Amino acid sequence: MNPDAEAPVLVELEGVRKSFRRGGETLPVLEGLSLRVRRGEFFALMGPSGSGKSTLLHLIAGLDRPDAGAIRVGGVEITALSEAELTAWRARRVGFVFQFYHLIPVLTALENVELPLLLTGLDRRRRRAHAELALELVGLADRRGHTPARLSGGQQQRVAIARAIVTDPPLVVADEPTGDLDRSSAGEILDLLEGLCTNLGKTILLVTHDPRAARRAHTVRALDKGVLTDAREALDPQCR
Amino acid sequence: MLGKLWIRNAARHPLRTALTLVAVGVAILAFGLLGTLVEAWHAGVSAASANRLVVRHGISLTFSLPIAYRERIRTVEAVRAITHMTWFGGYFRERKNFFANFAVEAHSFFDLYPEYRLSEEERLAFLRDRRGCVIGRGLAERFGWRIGDAVPLQGTIYPGVWTFTVRGIYSGRDRGTDEKQFFFHWDLLNERLKERMPPRANRVGIFVIEVHRAEEAPEAAIAVDALFRSSPAETRTETERAFQMGFVSMSAAILSAIRVVSLVIVVILLAVVSNTMIMSVRERMREYAVLRTLGFGPRFLAALIGGESLALCAAGGVLGTAALYPALALLERGFGAYFPAVAPPAETLLLGGLACLGVGALAAAVPIRAVLATPIVAALGRVG
Repeated sequence: MNPDAEAPVLVELEGVRKSFRRGGETLPVLEGLSLRVRRGEFFALMGPSGSGKSTLLHLIAGLDRPDAGAIRVGGVEITALSEAELTAWRARRVGFVFQFYHLIPVLTALENVELPLLLTGLDRRRRRAHAELALELVGLADRRGHTPARLSGGQQQRVAIARAIVTDPPLVVADEPTGDLDRSSAGEILDLLEGLCTNLGKTILLVTHDPRAARRAHTVRALDKGVLTDAREALDPQCR
Repeated sequence: MLGKLWIRNAARHPLRTALTLVAVGVAILAFGLLGTLVEAWHAGVSAASANRLVVRHGISLTFSLPIAYRERIRTVEAVRAITHMTWFGGYFRERKNFFANFAVEAHSFFDLYPEYRLSEEERLAFLRDRRGCVIGRGLAERFGWRIGDAVPLQGTIYPGVWTFTVRGIYSGRDRGTDEKQFFFHWDLLNERLKERMPPRANRVGIFVIEVHRAEEAPEAAIAVDALFRSSPAETRTETERAFQMGFVSMSAAILSAIRVVSLVIVVILLAVVSNTMIMSVRERMREYAVLRTLGFGPRFLAALIGGESLALCAAGGVLGTAALYPALALLERGFGAYFPAVAPPAETLLLGGLACLGVGALAAAVPIRAVLATPIVAALGRVG
């Protein structure tokens, strides 16, 4: 189950702190958290609602900034980047998969997948070719002209995965990707994510409530009250 | 891709987009109509000749001048030619059929006003018939009058029904020339007045004089007024442009009000488009957050939102401008008697275009700021 123990570290957090202000009160979410994820690792993060797992994912993906501590991804200290640099870094280095897919409803499946390639400088023909290849990888080449409204939840999530990998980023972050899907569709999505890791060498950072999803990961950690613990052993044996 | 997003985003709420387009179109139409109206008001000033001077009663235009002044004015060296005009103020059958009508000195009038083009044959026919009249082409079209038709005018200042025969139809030398006027022989008017109202006879409304060169106009004006200083009917002589400007100045408050209304229209336009854009952007806040997540920066988002706003305003502006021409034609049918035919001035069209672009840019500013100021995580609507 474990990835190559010699693989270099892709994601490294040291002493990360994050808190939110709600109604004049400061709520600490992460308190001096440290973490390492190796290149090619499928890493699942579990925890109850409000435990800070999505916050942690957002910090690693450069969508939010910590109050203190350092976050390095692929050797880049992303906490030291300016907003513009961080935006450009996200475009090149991270693919995103959301619980509710977050596809652009006025664009077709192909156009949604093509969207991140607009930032790469590729010409239109090459963009199309890359987007079609990504759609083929997720098994939706025949739905390229469909808008999200004409796709099922599972199909929309597959388009979202194609969008996440079309620029070939080393890191894919997935926030509850199966949370809005039926069991069968959820299984297909997990198969895809697993495939990205094993076949394409992507590092997958998965946030989930679902033990079935977590069991696909090489590493499973639980986050509770700002502290990370190994959760693999705690997974329901029936799900393993 | 940007173009696709502009169009498809605008089409997401067809009714909202259609209503906004109509609002922008109507606002630009109103802006254009008002601008054209102001231009029409100034048309007389624009069409005025630099060589012509108007001599009127020193107190007010409502006072007339003795016809005997004509020969004395003629003695001023700079004067090349002289004619006179008297406001008749009649209407055709009903008061709503109002148009400008003057009693003129038939032999000299058209020599001083070459912008009223009349064939030699028609001019001679008019001179031969003391009951004849010359009308503008626009007036002929309005009432369907043709050469030889008898036209009864109901007098207001000069009571009674006055029947004239159309002997000539003039056309304007250029577009700004008023083609809706009616001219007849002052001799006829004077003859009747001698019979019915002798104290009002032998008097004219204004003299129009032509000087050899435009530079002589100021001296000629002083010389003419000097002739009648301390007389019972002192004169005030001014260039035709100044005379026409006097009419416009009388309406200065109305013109100012029109300009204020034009400005208010632009503000309303801004409110309407801003409202549409704010609603649209609020609904798509999560989509913009996704785009930011994918690595699209502030410039792309500004182009996406600003472009949609500008496209909306531009499309509405084109609709409004396209509607301006038929609307002006309709207005001309209803109020043509009061204004010469005037095309929308280039300045108004340009201002309308700039107003559209300005409103498009301003209406997008607040939503763009809101999108960029909202943290991505908050906009995605999920904080774990």
